[in-house]
Amino acid sequence: MEASSRDIETLVRREYKAGFVTDVESDAVPAGLSEDVIRLISEKKREPDFMLEWRLRAYRQWLTMRAPQWAHVHFAPIDFQSIVYYSAPKSRDDGPKSLADVDPKLLETYDKLGIPLRERELLAGVAIDAVFDSVSVATTFKDKLAALGIVFCPFSEAVQKHPDLVRKYLGSVVPYADNFYATLNSAVFSDGSFVYVPKGVRCPMELSTYFRINASKTGQFERTLIIADEGAYVSYLEGCTAPMRDENQLHAAVVELIALKDAQIKYSTVQNWYPGDEQGRGGIYNFVTKRGACRGENAKISWTQVETGSAITWKYPSVILEGDNSVGEFYSVAVTNNMQQADTGTKMLHIGRNTRSTIISKGISSGRGQNTYRGQVKVLKSAEKARNYTQCDSLLIGDRCGAHTFPYVEVRNPTASVEHEATTSKISEDQLFYLQSRGLTAEDAVSMVVNGFCKTVFKELPMEFAVEAQKLLGLSLEGAVG
Amino acid sequence: MSNPAPDTAARYVQVMHERHDVAREAAWLRTLRESAVARFADLGFPLQQDEDWKYTDVRPIERAAFMPLPLDAATPRIPDASQFRLDGVSGPRLVFIDGRFSAPLSDLGGVPRGATVTTLADALISQPQVLAAHLGRYIPDDSHGFIALNTALLSDGTFVRISAGTRMEQPIHVLYLATANGALLLPRNLIIAERDSQVTIVEHYAAVGEMAYFTNSLTEIFAADNATVEHYRVQDENRTAFHVSGVHMQINRSSRVTTHALDLGGRLVRNDLRAVLADSGGECHLNGLYLATDRQHIDNHTHIDHAQSHCTSREFYRGVLSGRGRTVFRGRIIVRPGAQKSDARQVNNNLLLSRDAEADSQPQLEIYADDVMCSHGATVGQLDENALFYLRARALSDADARDLLTFAFAREVLDRVRLAPLRARVELRLAAAMRRGAPREAHA
Repeated sequence: MEASSRDIETLVRREYKAGFVTDVESDAVPAGLSEDVIRLISEKKREPDFMLEWRLRAYRQWLTMRAPQWAHVHFAPIDFQSIVYYSAPKSRDDGPKSLADVDPKLLETYDKLGIPLRERELLAGVAIDAVFDSVSVATTFKDKLAALGIVFCPFSEAVQKHPDLVRKYLGSVVPYADNFYATLNSAVFSDGSFVYVPKGVRCPMELSTYFRINASKTGQFERTLIIADEGAYVSYLEGCTAPMRDENQLHAAVVELIALKDAQIKYSTVQNWYPGDEQGRGGIYNFVTKRGACRGENAKISWTQVETGSAITWKYPSVILEGDNSVGEFYSVAVTNNMQQADTGTKMLHIGRNTRSTIISKGISSGRGQNTYRGQVKVLKSAEKARNYTQCDSLLIGDRCGAHTFPYVEVRNPTASVEHEATTSKISEDQLFYLQSRGLTAEDAVSMVVNGFCKTVFKELPMEFAVEAQKLLGLSLEGAVG
Repeated sequence: MSNPAPDTAARYVQVMHERHDVAREAAWLRTLRESAVARFADLGFPLQQDEDWKYTDVRPIERAAFMPLPLDAATPRIPDASQFRLDGVSGPRLVFIDGRFSAPLSDLGGVPRGATVTTLADALISQPQVLAAHLGRYIPDDSHGFIALNTALLSDGTFVRISAGTRMEQPIHVLYLATANGALLLPRNLIIAERDSQVTIVEHYAAVGEMAYFTNSLTEIFAADNATVEHYRVQDENRTAFHVSGVHMQINRSSRVTTHALDLGGRLVRNDLRAVLADSGGECHLNGLYLATDRQHIDNHTHIDHAQSHCTSREFYRGVLSGRGRTVFRGRIIVRPGAQKSDARQVNNNLLLSRDAEADSQPQLEIYADDVMCSHGATVGQLDENALFYLRARALSDADARDLLTFAFAREVLDRVRLAPLRARVELRLAAAMRRGAPREAHA
């Protein structure tokens, strides 16, 4: 009896295994999404059971959901069954052999941005010199961080090494059933960053995905989780100013931030993915869910973003202000040129007493770009003396672009004070004339005026980033003024 | 729907068909009604899933199943309407009791040559071609069910036509007085201001008694080139009434329309105001004041469409909330492609005086042209502590100081009301509302 049951057991297991083995061997998962594909992703990443269950729950939820229609963007429906949700880590031989093989247009851009040669190779996906890799700056930094007890690693590594932390916080800010794209991400996310800063530790350097570039490629469904324990501080930089080589059209990332009592998280993004050509062909769809929670008193979360790339951007970094006296900030510059569309903004949810939030949004539209600010400030009954200040300004360059502002203000507490201001205007002819009469070219003049317009946001960026962002802005608007 | 609400929409459609069958109407009016019936049958009541109705739940209206009064209903007893008169105004006065014109209470004297001030029912007979050219022309294609409901069942209202070059100095006062319980009232107004003309009209909604009823009114305003129109909508319904209104205007070359939306009463109120600046040089000024207390819900949606270049719009809405009052403001400004030199400004301020009140504000700019000056601002807040301290230091009681500051806040809108008797009337209502002590709980 015992033997026969064991036989059955082995039989069952073998079949089950075999089903996957063939897949692993061929290593080419067919396009499309099903429970099997999710099991396969989880299996390949050798994830614990709870992760698989979580993914499957998300997938089942996703099947019942429909893609949101409310955003002020237009695009052809996405065929989710034509996407390959898992591809084995790329071997180095796939990339160009040297910079000589890289698209000269990309190189020209690097040149204008003044990016060091070594980094250009990284960005263009040139196979990296093994020597360089082993002595990379990243490794040195990792040792330094480990000494302080800071965990900074790829998400898949965190699932293996710190399952308790992942289990406790994953989905606690953006639940798996949050919205269509976040749910899809929860089911199929590939990789991302995981950061944990222990109690009272001030992270001594800006953490950046840049340093992790030698690690695995993050892919199109990125998942990032950052936890700042009581009294901790961390500044995180995402993306970089240089355009990245990328074959995926749909990007649906999820970022979750958790700041406990007295903790502070500063999250800066520079996004410059391929925006498509002048006719709007190609380009990345960037549908991102970013949200932070101030879980304790005096916690602070600050989002800064410079969005210049992607064909479509659909992104609302938000802060849930639960702890008393907690602070949320959102600083944004969004640029749309040619046929780009951006629907971006923030949500500030005031729950705790004396919570404060600041929103500064600068939208720049040129060419035939459509730029929308959509933001919500919600003050719940419990948010005694909550304070919000919102300013969103739009700058129009050219007569075929659009700038739209859709703020939502909802206040349920009489001691709260909420202000929203928005202006939309054309780039000033007088200012351009003044600069040009002093010998600046039309393009330099536009760049200077635009940079002045964005100054309040750029000053929130870490210094090196700010310098690059300014240059980037000039590049993004190239050809905007004849 | 889980709630076994009576299928009010279906009953309305039934009534529409019944009336439609017996009416002997001109072909154009039949067509207008038929399309409205079809539209209402299709749309029914708006749902909260619809972004435009996100904050306003109209299911109570649906559940109450208000019915239009039968066409042959007996003339209601004439109530004493003298308290609703505007003192010192000698212009024409139209009084409607439960949607029906009351000749004894009205006074159509004082209408200058070149101006027509009459009921819509009369105009359908006396000026059919004018109505055929204008009625229903200024309603947007994407209109909601309540607009279709009004059009499908329209029977009477006010008709004003000012011929080219005529200036009407005295304001026209139109009073819609409700007395019947459970009634669905559907006033329909058409105001045509021809070239270089000028007119002021006051639409005044009030009730005698504390019964529940539903006013679903619709006003269309056509301002031809260089015309000046001043429109007041004074909504002073009783606290159990439902009120849904629509004001739709077309503003032509160099004409100027000013509207004042004064919402004082009602239990559940929704106003849609839409201005199309259809030719260059057009100007519109939208002022609004809403007072919400107890369980009142007041929702104002405004929509300004800069369809052509060189137009100006100014919008100024303020709200005072106390008790469990809830208000919604959504102001949308669209600047169409090519509408260069558009100049639009919009401000919405809300004063929250109690713990249980809620103000939602959504100013929206949608801009497709570059040479424009557009701005909007929205605030939700409370009385200035420094100003309160100043008044307290000058020996005013806390309650008096709060009342004074609240009054001053609302006064900024009322200062724009040029019609002095009306301004005085609203000021009195405001003062009375405050004396009832509603705002004082804020201090608790």
